[in-house]
Amino acid sequence: MPAEGLLAASWLLIALPLAGAAVLLLGGRRTDRWGHLLGTATVVAAFLLAVACTVQLAGLDGRAADVELFTFIATGELDVTAGLLYDPLSAVFVLLITGVGSLIHVFSIGYMAHDPARRRFFAYLNLFVAAMLLLVLGNSFVALYVGWEGVGLASYLLIAFWYTRPAAATAAKKAFIMNRIGDVGLALAIFVMFAQLGTTSYAGVFGSVGTLAGGTITAIGLLLLLGACGKSGQFPLQAWLPDAMEGPTPVSALIHAATMVTAGVYLIARSAPIYDLTPTARAVILAVGAVTLLIGAIAGCAFDDIKKVLAYSTVSQIGYMFLAVGLGPAGYVAGLAHLLAHGFFKAGLFLGAGSVMHAMDDSVDMRRFGGLAKKLPITFVTFGLGYLALIGFPFLSGYFTKDAIIEAALDRGDVWGWVLGGVAVLGAGLTAFYMTRLMLMTFFGRPRWDDGVHPHEAPTVMTAPMIVLAVGSVAAGALLVSVFPLADWLAPVFGEPAEAAHVVAPALVGLVVTVVMVLGVLTAWLFVGRREVPVTAPVRVSPVTRAARNALYADTVNESLFMRPGQWLTRALVWFDNRGVDGAVNGLAAGLGGSSSRLGRAQTGFVRTYALGMLGGVVMVAGALLAVTAG
Amino acid sequence: MSASLYLVAMIAVPAIGAAAVAALPKERGLLAKQVALGVSLVVLLLAVLSTMAFDPDGDRFQLTTSVAWIPDFGADFALGVDGIALVMLLLIGVLVPLVVAASWHEADAGPRPARVFFAWLLLLEAMMVGVFAATDILLFYVFFEAMLVPMYFLIGSFGGPRRQYAAVKFFVYSLVGGLVMLASVIGLYVVSTSQLGEGTFAFDALRQLEIDPDVQKLLFLGFFVAFAIKAPLVPFHTWLPDSGAEAPIGGAVLLVGVLDKVGTFGFLRYCLPLFPDASRYFAPFVLVLAVVGILYAALLAMGQSDMKRLVSYTSISHFGFIALGIFAFTTEAATGAVLYMVNHGIATGLLFLVVGMLISRGGSRQIGDYGGVAAQAPKLAGAFLVAGLASLALPGTNSFVSEFLVLIGSFPTRPVFTVLATAGIILAALYVLLMYQRTMHGPPRGMLLADVHGGDPTPGTEPARSTEPAQGTHPARGGASAATATVTAPAPARGGVRFADLSRRELAVVAPLIALIIGLGVYPQPLLDLIEPAVVATVDDLGAPGGTDR
Repeated sequence: MPAEGLLAASWLLIALPLAGAAVLLLGGRRTDRWGHLLGTATVVAAFLLAVACTVQLAGLDGRAADVELFTFIATGELDVTAGLLYDPLSAVFVLLITGVGSLIHVFSIGYMAHDPARRRFFAYLNLFVAAMLLLVLGNSFVALYVGWEGVGLASYLLIAFWYTRPAAATAAKKAFIMNRIGDVGLALAIFVMFAQLGTTSYAGVFGSVGTLAGGTITAIGLLLLLGACGKSGQFPLQAWLPDAMEGPTPVSALIHAATMVTAGVYLIARSAPIYDLTPTARAVILAVGAVTLLIGAIAGCAFDDIKKVLAYSTVSQIGYMFLAVGLGPAGYVAGLAHLLAHGFFKAGLFLGAGSVMHAMDDSVDMRRFGGLAKKLPITFVTFGLGYLALIGFPFLSGYFTKDAIIEAALDRGDVWGWVLGGVAVLGAGLTAFYMTRLMLMTFFGRPRWDDGVHPHEAPTVMTAPMIVLAVGSVAAGALLVSVFPLADWLAPVFGEPAEAAHVVAPALVGLVVTVVMVLGVLTAWLFVGRREVPVTAPVRVSPVTRAARNALYADTVNESLFMRPGQWLTRALVWFDNRGVDGAVNGLAAGLGGSSSRLGRAQTGFVRTYALGMLGGVVMVAGALLAVTAG
Repeated sequence: MSASLYLVAMIAVPAIGAAAVAALPKERGLLAKQVALGVSLVVLLLAVLSTMAFDPDGDRFQLTTSVAWIPDFGADFALGVDGIALVMLLLIGVLVPLVVAASWHEADAGPRPARVFFAWLLLLEAMMVGVFAATDILLFYVFFEAMLVPMYFLIGSFGGPRRQYAAVKFFVYSLVGGLVMLASVIGLYVVSTSQLGEGTFAFDALRQLEIDPDVQKLLFLGFFVAFAIKAPLVPFHTWLPDSGAEAPIGGAVLLVGVLDKVGTFGFLRYCLPLFPDASRYFAPFVLVLAVVGILYAALLAMGQSDMKRLVSYTSISHFGFIALGIFAFTTEAATGAVLYMVNHGIATGLLFLVVGMLISRGGSRQIGDYGGVAAQAPKLAGAFLVAGLASLALPGTNSFVSEFLVLIGSFPTRPVFTVLATAGIILAALYVLLMYQRTMHGPPRGMLLADVHGGDPTPGTEPARSTEPAQGTHPARGGASAATATVTAPAPARGGVRFADLSRRELAVVAPLIALIIGLGVYPQPLLDLIEPAVVATVDDLGAPGGTDR
């Protein structure tokens, strides 16, 4: 129904941070002194507005509100209205984006305090928040696409924030390009929708998608999935996400962990009415999720860069979410619950990593850390709680949300249910291993840093957001499962939660997962905690370790399959165009016109004469015209 | 002034202005610039007034004037605009004053007095208005050919080291196309003589002819070759990188921003309505050229080391999108194609202008001579980025709307071609971001290096520069005088000179274009409302959408 009250003003959610970005970018150095405060204020204001909107939404019948803004593109049969859809699904994302976004803006005030370009940083962060809110609030696939590429731009700008570093510039470009590959899929999906259904709005598409042939629905589903894989760093487009860690750490926390990279999950959940009709596309989602979950977890075990480990962890955790939403109606809520919980604990972990880097002169090499628990007590405790939540320590967030995914997979009741459940349990063990390894190398053992480094706890403006996120990490799971059940809140979108007939008793699943988790922790302790960590990485390692260190050769494959042949092709074409096409056309012209030397050597006399002659002719004609008119 | 005279005035004012500027004494260079700016602003005002007088839901052609011109042939000096021509006039009106402002100093560095540059520029403006406003096909042809003259002299007198080669190539290619078209124009006249009793060149009368399909094919090809060279479509494109690279920046902006659009405008105005059967017959062939062009030129753009050549190749790729939109024969795609013509002029215009500002500082067109510019000239980098993002059609910029319309409108009738074209958006991201990263990001390179060290470049860096001979600065390529033509700013003293950020004049040039890029990216509907009726009329002339994908 049309929005009233505050919901009718929900476009302000997007406009506020967008205005912040505009002021900071156009205002220039004049805004240096207070730019970070303005940037934070717009997002906090958006969060407060979002809370109020959500409260109002809860009281609405049907819990959905349409906000029509203006006609964006209308020509021929196409009619795209710029409008918003505030419903339970967009509401949880808006709360996550503005809530975690506010905390990370506050954190950044301290983290970026000494950066001369802090204002530009806040401008880009605000731009990101605006684009991300458009992505989740838009009421059509076109609006989603605009936000989708908008967050891609913000991500590009923020990864390349320290653009004088070639690695940062290259990582930003890589992220944008790999995202664009996914965007092609999303764009084509929109084209198919328009060609077949004549509309791109959610209401229009979901209302009539059932009339399409099964193959067409599957095609739409797979094209949307390509887009989701690009944005969410899922196989085969996962290689950009770890490189994106070149950006400042708050960026990694907000964009590359908590919000933007989960947009793919949002897209699939939003498109549930499409996926509900195509088991084939859902099966592909499941495969993508399961494969990525393992790739991320395996690579996470091998890196020594604290941010890269967390990045591969994100890849892996989003794999869980894909697996969940790929299960269809049984898994949407589980996937989204994990997404929200992950938003808390992974953002907290990244901010903790940022605090560690802040203390260690921006080093990210865990082999040069060690024994930081005493030096950074607040960071240690908050990071530790995030760690426990991530590995699924009983009764913390991850325990509830990850188990729910595994249960939903097993509840399929077929062989694939067991395979997927098994992969997810295996992933839980690997997660426990790599995260414990990270904890041990960073906070325990003997200090391995240089004499010149003096670790110190971060200022309150940084630790306060970490504490809030740690509390969230502990509590989110339980809250979403029992106190404010997410399933009930999302019922208007996905239907009333069904009582699942459990194949395996939930308690047993919990027990098994916990045992596997403990095994992972113990293994990590055996490998890392028990003995001294070498300051340089061992060179003579098994092929498995080498493969993991190379992230299972994703970059190698991309480079040898696409990049190098592409460069070769480009060079060949440049040669061909200069010699072949130009030569052929010139030769043809020469054949027709006599001597090629006229063109080749630019003997211009005759052309100049001709040109002037033509001008003279035109003047004469014009003169004649005037004479005729006058006469 | 009566509204019907707006179009006449839009031709007469710049033509008279050109004569006035040319007649000024040599030492009054500044006055020449001021007059040129004033005249071009008057044309902009006239374009805005024309738009206000234009009723989108009214007759197809409005603001019409017609005077007997060559009565013996039935040729009239007939002007009038539909929505398609009108938006092109608006584009001309916006671009020319900015080009004048952008060329303020560049024109002084040429081998000829600045007033000559601005006189040719104004004459070019008059011809460009004429070519879009003509509703008599012989008049169109005259403007089509006359337009070459000022551009020839702009390139040949004020261009880069290889300007003469480029100017001649431009002229000969266009002239050949024009002559082939003339044959078809005469052919049309003959057909009209036999069908109507007396010959005519009036577009509205010619549109009513029932031409035999085989004759249509021949006549179509005459127009098509001229327009395909102009647009240009692959494989008729090789003149454009040379002309775009050697032309002075202002000339390059108008060349790809407006002149080339005459080709795609011609497809829509003349090929489709006059030869509907032939258009349907040749559509698959044109679509192949369009899609090959999108991908081929984008790959070539990635391989360029010269920024102006790179931008020229991106334009060829973009023209492929426009041709796709036109020959998909749907309202959505054709409306998108027309909007694309406007948006490309704005976006690539900005890109060329910013590249020119970069070149005027660094004295080289080679990407390899730059690096890390963003740190010293953030406003320039920002304008460069906006232009680049518009070029890769990022949502929120104007180009997104037009590219999206072309693709979504072409998909229903031509899915295979559309899918291939859509892959081009990945290549667009590559060529834009590669150039941006190499010039703006990374550590300082090229002349900036000398600056950062705060003294003479270290011996180690000097050979590194000279092993990468910059075409634009290498005297051996084009003679000593030519080298100075590209180095418009005084060559920076080694070390010490900061890489200046945009001046106020330069900001005044880029700001309106950035505002248009974002404004039309968010709210394109007013332009679409202008364009759509004319497009619907064109698609109706064509009859039922024909052909299936193959």
